[in-house]
Amino acid sequence: MPNMSLKKVEMPQQDAKIRAHNFGEVTHGYTPQMAIEEAKRCLNCRHKPCVKGCPVAVRIPEFISLIAEGDFEGAYLKIKETNTLPAVCGRVCPQENQCERQCVRNIKGESVAIGRLERFAADYFMQNYTEETPRIQKNGKKVAVIGAGPAGLSCAGDLAKRGYDVTIFEALHCAGGVLSYGIPEFRLPKDIVKKEIEALENMGVKIALNMVIGKILSVDELLKEHGFGAVFIGTGAGLPGFMGIDGENLNGVYSANEFLTRINLMKAYRFPKSDTPVNVGKRVLVVGGGNVAMDAARCALRFKAEEVTIAYRRSEKEMPARLEEVEHAKEEGVVFMTLTNPKRILGDEKGFVTGVECVRMALGEPDASGRRRPVQVAGSEHIVPADTVVIAVGQSPNPLLVQTTDGLGVSEKGTILVNENGETSRKLVYAGGDATTGAATVILAMGAGRAAAKAIDAELSSLL
Amino acid sequence: MYRIKRKKVLNDQIILMDIKAPLIAKKAEPGQFIILRVNEAGERIPLTIADFDRDAGTVTIIFQIVGKTTKLLSEQDEGDAVLDFAGPLGMASHLAGYQKVAVVGGGLGCAIAYPQAKKLHQLGVKVDLIAGFRSKHLIILEEQMRDVCDNLIITTDDGSNGTKGFVTERLSERLEAGTKYDLVIAIGPLFMMRAVSELTRPHSIPTVVSMNPVMIDGTGMCGGCRVCVGGETKFACVDGPDFDGHLVDFDSAILRSTFYKDKEHQSFEDPGCRLRGAFDA
Repeated sequence: MPNMSLKKVEMPQQDAKIRAHNFGEVTHGYTPQMAIEEAKRCLNCRHKPCVKGCPVAVRIPEFISLIAEGDFEGAYLKIKETNTLPAVCGRVCPQENQCERQCVRNIKGESVAIGRLERFAADYFMQNYTEETPRIQKNGKKVAVIGAGPAGLSCAGDLAKRGYDVTIFEALHCAGGVLSYGIPEFRLPKDIVKKEIEALENMGVKIALNMVIGKILSVDELLKEHGFGAVFIGTGAGLPGFMGIDGENLNGVYSANEFLTRINLMKAYRFPKSDTPVNVGKRVLVVGGGNVAMDAARCALRFKAEEVTIAYRRSEKEMPARLEEVEHAKEEGVVFMTLTNPKRILGDEKGFVTGVECVRMALGEPDASGRRRPVQVAGSEHIVPADTVVIAVGQSPNPLLVQTTDGLGVSEKGTILVNENGETSRKLVYAGGDATTGAATVILAMGAGRAAAKAIDAELSSLL
Repeated sequence: MYRIKRKKVLNDQIILMDIKAPLIAKKAEPGQFIILRVNEAGERIPLTIADFDRDAGTVTIIFQIVGKTTKLLSEQDEGDAVLDFAGPLGMASHLAGYQKVAVVGGGLGCAIAYPQAKKLHQLGVKVDLIAGFRSKHLIILEEQMRDVCDNLIITTDDGSNGTKGFVTERLSERLEAGTKYDLVIAIGPLFMMRAVSELTRPHSIPTVVSMNPVMIDGTGMCGGCRVCVGGETKFACVDGPDFDGHLVDFDSAILRSTFYKDKEHQSFEDPGCRLRGAFDA
């Protein structure tokens, strides 16, 4: 008998007041009993609308049935058939816009908690089993993947499964891309990321760190001199956007990238035990309304900032951040100043930030994105005191690789042009993820990595 | 891991190391830099490539002990290794097409000025190399510098070697005497590079400075190395590190260089830090 409760089984989480001051994970995940109870809410629809909502087509009803039967190992392996990073996706996917939105239970009541169940299966497996080294027949062909973020990891995993000898080239000293430098520990523990990546290495994927492709080696050298049959570019959207307003170079103004990288990748929250510092003042203003802005604001709280405010130029309804992240931020004490935009940043004679002059905004006619365009309200300038300002107004693709690769077509925004198979304007060069779309989600990048892996396999197989 | 093949103490504060990194050595050009991390808890720091040997597969770095990371690095010996070593980063210096160039180095800056002078010399350009140090015992790379220029002018602040005074005075004398340079390269402390740029401005001599701000990734990702150049924000890591000295906003660069002063101190005072007490400055 299915569980006909209209609500999801609640997932335990740290109390907001306590978690606002530590980097421990916000939510604790289901116990086996909770998972089985929730799994029984799935109606196992024959037409599987949820799977159509998933960019990597996880076999959702199948894995949920296995959880309901108590076969957690089987559930994990079922997810893993199409998803390289289940523990990551179970935590950071916007399920509410994807699989869970399509769920039939959503029509009357809440959808099945697909994300929570995915996370449960992955965590349970990681705690209780070790992945067997799969016996894969190698096909003797080499593929280079540039960037060890979600797109690259997913592409590498799929190619390794098909027998390819895959090397991932990563510019930083640590694999994971945005999973390592961007998303904070309290939302995605780095041990989880590490284990997911180890599982890939277990499949034979090689990861070469500290390799800034475009500088140390070019794409052409990889193809012509290093024996790679194809190259996949998954270099993400790592170039921080600034606003171009006065005072942005004052001490205390960070790009969200720098702020989060110091904290997540370089572990500034352990300073001075780790050597990289970050300066978080008493009053922090974060500019932007996406997940990155939420992450930055919540990190600032955990550094004991007394007042953390998010300034966003539209209204809360237009905020691109996940609802869950906005709610978590609010519970923890982040103040939301919507319809507000900075005009200039003010500083003292020593070059340190003292405040931000902001202006009120009103929503006008819809713009190209379909959202109503924010316009300044004349005479509404006011000063918000702050000693740290984090600019989280978006990232664009890093031009380094494009500049050093001849004949690679790019858009005006700097994104690499690809078709639905991830094929670029260069033969044997593929791309996917944020490098082709601009900043988007982990799971879309993974879907693109998968599509490109399929196309690479088709192309290299046909060359025989 | 990247093995330290050679270590040479140049003076009591400055150390040279050859690091085994064949792929970087193959591509490195003067003006570029690497980013290294000594150990797992370590900070990523940028160091300019002082030299490279493509055959031996080594990259030479020269660093001054100014903080926790450089102190830790200085304690590594030949045969030891650093955990991470990424490069070559930044744009190579544009050195072709000149007749006569003045290369001005201040202190550790001479380690960065040296490969530039070397490359110019190889290209057949006439090079005057003006190298300034605080005192005689701090002089580094004297022989090497002499080999790659037409005139080596050493100055010391206290007059203990060469002529007494600052590099700007030596450069000024030559300009007053009518020496024609079609490029001046200034590398050293921000104050020195500003002074050289101010000196050459009225003479309209193109002047290139090498900026070395705090950075994390060195690939354009963090934006921490912002430098204001001609009213525009540039990233030293990908747009530089060389910039037009007449356009760099040195005032803001000097203010930005103070951002982590307190934290640098704290890093040393951590009870867990075995370097505690090493710096009282």
